[in-house]
Amino acid sequence: MQIKRTIKYEADRVRGFSKEIMSVSGCEQLQSCIQCGTCSGTCPLSIYMDFSPRQVMAMVRADFKNEVLTSTTIWLCASCYACTVECPRKIRITDIMYALKQRAIQEGIYPRRFPIPVLAREFSEMVRRKGRITETLLVMRLFLKANWRAVFASWRQGLGLIRTGRFVLRHERIERRAELDAMLATVGDGKAGGKEAS
Amino acid sequence: MKYSYFPGCSLKGLGRAYEESLLPVMKHLGVELVELDDWNCCGATAYMSVDEAQAAVLAARNLAIAEQTGPQDLLTPCSACYLVLNKTQHNITDFPDIKTAVHRALGTARMTYSGKTNVRHPLDVLVHDVGLDVIKEKVVRPLKGLKVAPYYGCQVVRPYSTFDDDWNPTTMDQLLATLGAEVIHYPLKTKCCGGSLTGTVPEAGLRLTYILLKEAARRGADVVATICPLCQFNLDAYHDQIERRWGPARVPTVYFTQLMGLAFGFPPRQLGLQRNFVPMKELPTERVAG
Repeated sequence: MQIKRTIKYEADRVRGFSKEIMSVSGCEQLQSCIQCGTCSGTCPLSIYMDFSPRQVMAMVRADFKNEVLTSTTIWLCASCYACTVECPRKIRITDIMYALKQRAIQEGIYPRRFPIPVLAREFSEMVRRKGRITETLLVMRLFLKANWRAVFASWRQGLGLIRTGRFVLRHERIERRAELDAMLATVGDGKAGGKEAS
Repeated sequence: MKYSYFPGCSLKGLGRAYEESLLPVMKHLGVELVELDDWNCCGATAYMSVDEAQAAVLAARNLAIAEQTGPQDLLTPCSACYLVLNKTQHNITDFPDIKTAVHRALGTARMTYSGKTNVRHPLDVLVHDVGLDVIKEKVVRPLKGLKVAPYYGCQVVRPYSTFDDDWNPTTMDQLLATLGAEVIHYPLKTKCCGGSLTGTVPEAGLRLTYILLKEAARRGADVVATICPLCQFNLDAYHDQIERRWGPARVPTVYFTQLMGLAFGFPPRQLGLQRNFVPMKELPTERVAG
């Protein structure tokens, strides 16, 4: 039997994390959160999250970096912006979720083979290489990287896409790829996303 | 009337029926669309999860091309593109660090951006620039008796829409009524469809899609009208899996532009209606004299 401590100690906090998040453009308002829970109430996915959006706001503010970055909450946010338009303190909760997702990917601490961060990474790599997304090819890459068995579960959908002429196999691409590359290089390290953790 | 046109990746792929119906409908109304030169992916929600500065640069390149080549009103039918381009537009104005990053990036291609591009949704253009009276004149085959659930989804109305309400938008309702359709009361009109979670975490994402379809069916809708390629895909392409999990909810989902095309007298095949997994029932063939 594994014994786990159920409350957090002061030592579990990562000092400076809340400051770091609140310094991201658009995330400054977090300090004025009144913990009313409107975000959790409007969120269509909060019932699946391990921490509700309200809890995540409190945890970020209290520097619980590791707990927040490993939570399922940030990856279940579908960016519907319901919380953002309803927040009485005008906190851009969706943007804070983005700031958290970016850090989880950078630090490679998202769960291995959890498909959402893998999708985000494969997506950004395809954009960097081609300038555009070819959805069917992206989904096939995702299957290969995250869960190849899912191909068999979705074969009828794949056939349906072929039947309705929506299955595109030729890569969409832009002409001035070098131009886009040079632009992206001015703000990044040339790589999309961080390494995958085990 | 002339606009720059940003199709986005979906309208060339899974959502091609949106483009196939949008282009003839706009042309029929005398709206000229010029596809943006060498446009790139807007970045969507996925890129923003990876690198915010790069996501801003991706969107800004498109805004800058539109400003440079004109017309500066950029018609953006896909909800994700509409949100991301608008968000970047706001962020460049509101946050000096993003503005600096964007300008440095654009500078490598001797491009500039002074914020003049105006990101517009087709619903906005149709209702406010073209006008419902002009649209009504073009209706040769009113959608009489067709019960339509107007489904807007999230990202056009929240949080950057300037032309309609966050929770109870009505532009599409008005438009569909102008076509002669019976617009049903559909309180879920701006509830999330699950986005890409339908594929990645189906037990959560797919359930949201199921709720939307089930409610449309319960309210007697013949068809759901959508304005977003991802919503259309989710509501149309997962019926097998939905049925297996929770039971049938087989209401067809089409683009509002496809319904416009039908009302204008275009044949269904010219509007991409054959691309649906769950096909829409054919309308009665009789035409109303002009």
